[in-house]
Amino acid sequence: MLLHVATRKGLFVYALDAAQPVLTGRHFLGDNVTLSLADPRSGRWYAALDHGHFGAKLKGSSDHGATWSDLPAPAYPKRPEGAPDEIGADGRPVPWSLKRIWALETGGPDQPGRLWCGTIPGGLFRSDDHGATWSLVDSLWNHPDRLKWFGGGADYPGIHSICVDPRDSRVVRVAVSCGGVWTTRDDGATWHNTAHGMFAEFMPPELRGDVNIQDAHRMVQCAGQPDRFWVQHHNGVFRSDDGATTWQHCPNVPPSGIGFGFAVAVHPRQGDTAWLIPGIKDERRIPVDGKVVVTRTQDGGKSWQILRDGLPQHDAYDLTFRHACDIAADGATLAFGSTTGAWWLSRDGGDHWLEVTAHLPPIHAVRLVG
Amino acid sequence: MDRFGHHAGAMPLVRFTANLLRHCPVGEVQVSGSQLAAALSEAFVKYPLARDYVLDEQGHLRKHMSAFVDGVQILDRRTLTDPVRPDSTIDLIQALSGG
Repeated sequence: MLLHVATRKGLFVYALDAAQPVLTGRHFLGDNVTLSLADPRSGRWYAALDHGHFGAKLKGSSDHGATWSDLPAPAYPKRPEGAPDEIGADGRPVPWSLKRIWALETGGPDQPGRLWCGTIPGGLFRSDDHGATWSLVDSLWNHPDRLKWFGGGADYPGIHSICVDPRDSRVVRVAVSCGGVWTTRDDGATWHNTAHGMFAEFMPPELRGDVNIQDAHRMVQCAGQPDRFWVQHHNGVFRSDDGATTWQHCPNVPPSGIGFGFAVAVHPRQGDTAWLIPGIKDERRIPVDGKVVVTRTQDGGKSWQILRDGLPQHDAYDLTFRHACDIAADGATLAFGSTTGAWWLSRDGGDHWLEVTAHLPPIHAVRLVG
Repeated sequence: MDRFGHHAGAMPLVRFTANLLRHCPVGEVQVSGSQLAAALSEAFVKYPLARDYVLDEQGHLRKHMSAFVDGVQILDRRTLTDPVRPDSTIDLIQALSGG
């Protein structure tokens, strides 16, 4: 098994088979790698780069990173000359321009070559040729409610989570910060917002339950119990038992009681089991009491355990972003990384953790491979 | 070349930041055109990969790029209508940002 660690200054690859993980690959050193993907169907690897000055780019490798080639980044359609700016919910013009590749997932096993890509400022793109060409999913981009979305941590809204249903690849759910959860049942032809039950205490009361403003930070689906979803939301933790149609809030998530964080992982077969990397809520975004912990539920969110064995327990200010926690198909191997450049590995479902390094650049994303 | 960036040639000269060389081939290129948009379009015929690094999908100058014509920052970053003289030098550089 490998781990991809996408960081502010490169993509690092670790081999996990030995007791102590071994750094085996260093790619794009100095460049901002925001996300990676290893396609189990084709064996291809993908890396999303954000050069800042030069824009967001996409790279692909068919030899596990020995060589990389340029792929076209998803591009927004050219607007007619002189067309008035689209104004988003926050009064800002929405650029028709790729700002960041924020989600990259494969289609189903029956869709060879299919990739889905979520972006900031809110476009969802689809490829059916392993990323050689991309097309904007017009049905979602042109949905009138899209202009009710707005940026959370970023200047513009973005799609950060894409879940392709293991029972039917035409059923896809995406989560938007800030724009709720959107579901298609016809391979992207039509979309509906299915964030019912989520709420946002930080919004004006009239908008508290509006599905189009919900700030889902991260959404994951249980592969073995595909009606079970978890969302780490700006306002806490939400669970769905009906295929991301309605959502229940999980109160009293320790250690803060609120359940603030960005990342969430779900067990691949036991949908009641999920992990969070919590922090003090939005105005600080650091671990409670300077202690890095993982919280785990094994009963669908009724109760939570704080896991800390092997994690730093004093003066640690690590924050884990939404894509920086992953679980393997074995349901036992977990990894998460932090903005401080540390990452930890557990091989027993989070009971014990190994600090592999604390000296990488700030970590955007980790991905367990194989 | 004088202190205003004007050079002896009869065609505008486009120069790219050397930092682009890590990502795609670029070099100095002589172009035609009396506006920046046309001049850059011609430069991107010779260095097509550079286009997406300098401009976004809408043809606007990327947020963290700067363009100078004869040492003066351009005014129109959206449609690139700043005038270019036959002896102008166009510099495409990185704005200062990030860490």
